[in-house]
Amino acid sequence: MDVVVFAKWVPLGTPELGEDRRLVRGRDDGLDAADEFGIELALQLTERDGGEVTVVTMGPEGAAAAIQRALAMGAHRGVLVTDDALAGADALATARVLAAAARRQPFDLVIGGVESSDGYTGTVPSTVAELLDLPSVTFARRVDVADGEIRAERQTAVGYDEVTCALPALVTLTAGATEPRYPSVKGIMQAKSKPLDRLGLADLGLAAGDLAPSQSVRAVEPAPEKPGGEIVEAGEDAIARIADLLAEAKVI
Amino acid sequence: MATVWVVAEFEGSEASGATLELLTAARQIAESVSVVAFGSGGEGLAAAVGSYGATRLVAIGDDTIVGSPRAQAAALAALAKSHGPDAILFPASYEGRDVAGRLQALTGTTLMGNAMGVISADAARTEILGGTQMVDVALEGPTPHIVLVKPRSIEAASSEGGAADVERVVPELPAGLRDATVVARHEETHAGPSLDTAQVVISGGRGLGGPEAFAMLDDLASAIGGAAVGATRAAVDAGWVPYAYQIGQTGKTVTPEVYLAAGVSGALQHIVGMKKSKRIVAINKDPEAPLMKMADLGVIGDVATVVPALTEEIRRRAGS
Ligand SMILES: Cc1cc2nc3c(=O)[nH]c(=O)nc-3n(C[C@H](O)[C@H](O)[C@H](O)COP(=O)(O)OP(=O)(O)OC[C@H]3O[C@@H](n4cnc5c(N)ncnc54)[C@H](O)[C@@H]3O)c2cc1C
Ligand SMILES: Nc1ncnc2c1ncn2[C@@H]1O[C@H](COP(=O)(O)O)[C@@H](O)[C@H]1O
Repeated sequence: MDVVVFAKWVPLGTPELGEDRRLVRGRDDGLDAADEFGIELALQLTERDGGEVTVVTMGPEGAAAAIQRALAMGAHRGVLVTDDALAGADALATARVLAAAARRQPFDLVIGGVESSDGYTGTVPSTVAELLDLPSVTFARRVDVADGEIRAERQTAVGYDEVTCALPALVTLTAGATEPRYPSVKGIMQAKSKPLDRLGLADLGLAAGDLAPSQSVRAVEPAPEKPGGEIVEAGEDAIARIADLLAEAKVI
Repeated sequence: MATVWVVAEFEGSEASGATLELLTAARQIAESVSVVAFGSGGEGLAAAVGSYGATRLVAIGDDTIVGSPRAQAAALAALAKSHGPDAILFPASYEGRDVAGRLQALTGTTLMGNAMGVISADAARTEILGGTQMVDVALEGPTPHIVLVKPRSIEAASSEGGAADVERVVPELPAGLRDATVVARHEETHAGPSLDTAQVVISGGRGLGGPEAFAMLDDLASAIGGAAVGATRAAVDAGWVPYAYQIGQTGKTVTPEVYLAAGVSGALQHIVGMKKSKRIVAINKDPEAPLMKMADLGVIGDVATVVPALTEEIRRRAGS
């Protein structure tokens, strides 16, 4: 079984806006933790059933480090799509690039995160699924594959659904769906000799015109800040204060 | 002014709160607001959506389409092509995201996820950096512009409008669409009010130390009455409570009269989901925790002693 995993390169730590009103990148960037769950699932499935894991990242050259980490965890090959025309790419452009990159190799399963830690659009994988003509199971918190079929638990507003879906298909995983492994020293050494393709738009048969950004920031202003209140030490008095506040709010 | 569509979520003849919020926003930016409802029950919404400003209800009364984001997206794309709406608004729910994402692939138009308001059919507003900055984003290029709005970002208000005109549509769908199949549904929430409507929300974080401590929060909730228990993602990821409890960027947004947080640090991603609460109380060992600083009342202490003491005090007051 062959698996393609989308893994994003994101700013870690506290995000900041730059002068250009985009997220500041390149300071403390890394593989999005939201995507490690999918990499782990792909590794478990291929270790059990055979096949290869290809990790696809769209991002600047530095994003190769995200792929290196996935390769060190055990993925077989990486694809980095990097092109000047992709700076500021929006959800549709991202989905078109990821779909084109996925199409370059055979796959049974495509895996993404429910949402990225920096953009959190949360729709890119669904758009990719449609572009690839695939059914999808999104918000999966548990996934297994047997006899050419996915069995998954999909989160819902009130609990979860048990879902089945024939392969090929796309799934998105919630945080905690798997327990991502740490790369071993051996894994880190081996990663260096694994194939990592660097592709531009032309390699994917895409033109910059297909990917023109369709959103621009008109204004940014600080959200109204909530003034802080009072901080008190625990004790009888503090307990009475909480109860008073509840009484003032007329909820007790 | 523009034509705006709202994709409805409903149960029986009741539109969901998120749908009414979208209608409230839509009628402020559009001269004509239509609702699209999937499934045979959709026709029954005419009065409910009309009283929030929709003049037309497009009922796609085909029940096979209900569980299929692919078919819904295909039907919407075909309808959008023939009717030419300027914008289509979705609740940013599980289904909404699936359908909107797929619709974008079919229309090739712009999409904004996680909006918190709409300014026009060509602009929407959201918060970034954990809700510290508000951003107005221009939506450009061909229409329909697709916007997903986070539930409870907008206050729903009725317009006293009459019932919407119903248009029944039988979509022509591409043959052989493969989809996932739901084989069983499970509910994980427990008795008591839901997080969406509770007057008081008590949330537990990693500081509770384990799943057992949530029983302490349940006890406090029942002492208060009308309180719901929620959690941070740290508590959910640790498996202490189900995901349905999660409050924050990737969970629910709550706006209760009182939000009482126990052992919650107040990460940006958590705060976006609760900062519109009327009053905030935090109990934390660490006075420097961000939530302590934004709380109306921060209590420095151990949840294991403060919470039971509070429960007892509330029971004592109720008894006297
Ligand atoms: C893309 C993305 C989306 C996210 N979405 C969400 C979301 O929707 N919701 C969400 O909540 N988080 C979300 N997070 C995670 C968020 O960043 C934080 O990690 C999380 O909110 C922390 O939860 P916590 O406050 O329970 O844990 P911690 O940050 O570990 O805080 C625990 C607190 O408990 C206090 N404490 C410890 N022991 C005690 C005690 N005995 N008595 C009193 N206090 C004690 C500590 O001082 C500390 O302040 C998201 C993160 C990312 C990257
Ligand atoms: N630039 C990217 N490179 C690789 N994967 C991505 C990229 N953007 C989004 N994804 C995938 O899509 C998921 C959801 O992202 P988003 O829709 O941006 O919130 C992520 O968790 C990734 O799996």
